[in-house]
Amino acid sequence: MGNALLQYATVLMLTIFVGVEIIAKVPSILHTPLMSGSNAIHGVILVGAMLILGSATTTLEEVLGFLAVILATLNVVGGFVVTDRMLEMFKAKPRAPAAKKDEVAS
Amino acid sequence: MSRGTLIDLLYLVSATTFILALKGLGSPKRARMGNGIAAVGMFIAVVATFFKQVDGHSLYHVGLILVAMAIGIVVAVPTARFVRMTAMPQLVAIFNGVGGGAAALVSITEFVHIHSTRPATYVTLEVLLGVLIGTVSFSGSAIAFAKLQELMTGRPVTYPGQQIINALLGAAGLILIVIILVNGQTTLLWILLALAVVLGVAFVLPIGGADVPVLISLLNAFTGLAVAASGFTLGSNLLIVAGTLVGASGILLTRLMSKAMGRSLSNVLFSAFGSVITAAGGTGADARPVRSGSPEDASVLLGFASRVVIIPGYGLAVAQAQHVLRELGEELEKKGIEVFYAIHPVAGRMPGHMNVLLAEANVPYEQLLELDEANSELQTADVALVVGANDTVNPAAKDDKDSPIYGMPIINADLAENVLFLKRSMRPGFAGIENELLYNPKTTLIFGDAKDTLTKIVAAVKAS
Repeated sequence: MGNALLQYATVLMLTIFVGVEIIAKVPSILHTPLMSGSNAIHGVILVGAMLILGSATTTLEEVLGFLAVILATLNVVGGFVVTDRMLEMFKAKPRAPAAKKDEVAS
Repeated sequence: MSRGTLIDLLYLVSATTFILALKGLGSPKRARMGNGIAAVGMFIAVVATFFKQVDGHSLYHVGLILVAMAIGIVVAVPTARFVRMTAMPQLVAIFNGVGGGAAALVSITEFVHIHSTRPATYVTLEVLLGVLIGTVSFSGSAIAFAKLQELMTGRPVTYPGQQIINALLGAAGLILIVIILVNGQTTLLWILLALAVVLGVAFVLPIGGADVPVLISLLNAFTGLAVAASGFTLGSNLLIVAGTLVGASGILLTRLMSKAMGRSLSNVLFSAFGSVITAAGGTGADARPVRSGSPEDASVLLGFASRVVIIPGYGLAVAQAQHVLRELGEELEKKGIEVFYAIHPVAGRMPGHMNVLLAEANVPYEQLLELDEANSELQTADVALVVGANDTVNPAAKDDKDSPIYGMPIINADLAENVLFLKRSMRPGFAGIENELLYNPKTTLIFGDAKDTLTKIVAAVKAS
């Protein structure tokens, strides 16, 4: 077990705490976009897939690596686009003239 | 500064953007920006990777990488852009599944690649865990997709000894990993792969359609962990950070989601929720009297109200009736009637799903009430209009200790003076549970497709 492994394990532990802390107070309406957004983030496996295909030396590795890059790209691009589309709907829209906020509140 | 250091620095920037992005996604104002920041970080990481040296050489097959990316983009963008918003949960499931598949493929390929060099035991372990978790996420997401897309039944699929068989499958996977670690045969890897596919399917089958979103969140966390495992193998801090972030926050998010449904995570995963109750409810249901009315009756009732709370559910989304509903809301407001929308945290098929659908139909954001506000508003409401919701207004959650949804926070539609219940038929809701609210003397049922009925009500309100 080398120093590198220990360093990775350190990063792992610290990141677990960051991951838990960071979303501890999320309103429930944002649960879905949050899930979708983090879904896009794990698409970073694309970097791994590129490295794998980029070091492939046999046909089997090439085929598997090629598939991995396709799937990972789907994950990244699809994930970000879907999340953006969801969040687009949350932005404030101009209200219909019939009822202003104050009238509703009164 | 060497090229390698520069690339590592860029990876650090990228990892930081992911943390900022998750932080941003937790607040309504910064959520969209957060997503954008992560996308920029991802772009930086991918571009930097093109210049990386592996095993002392530049990347081979750059052309192939670009072709594969182009294929991915061409498929993903239109799919993500143009699929209907009601199909969003499936879409997240499938994008998560391919991520898990990619992580598994990366681990498999790495295993094949490094196998001849007799890697250290812990490296093999990381690879095998990556394969197992990534593949479970892949096949599990595929089944979740099939359930949500109604390619198969949304009800839990159960058989005798299911949990024991699943436990045995899981144990077999772990034992197989140990065997591979000890004798290092490549062929066993393919058996592990097959086993992981079966395990993913078997794990998801007993989970009912209504619970699938929670499951997708869990599988999302799994994919994160698989990515982190690949990060260990490839020696990439970026993958470890991003994967672990998603894994850790995903597991917490999964728990938050099941909490919003008033249930524990293990109850969601292992209780085959909603499979048995239908039979019990079905027989006695038809015998009991209910009051039903016409859309015109509904418009009269609404016309005399001064305060209306609309309670939308997934049926609204299925009927694509959110636009007509908004029109009805506007017509009522023109008559000086106050209109609110009560949004249950798990209305629709995912937390927040209903907010998205109503926002798409231009329903003003400030008319949307969360659970607690809605329940205090309902005490003074004249009419509660239930459109395509069922389990989220079921009083059994409050007073029937035997009900599977007992303890789930609900919208107390029965507090309103009158309840208008738009419903396709007397069939129970997604969780398969009889709803007492239907037999409440306050309740008037209006049978029919939600969109048709709402259109008729709007016409009648306009005419009056």
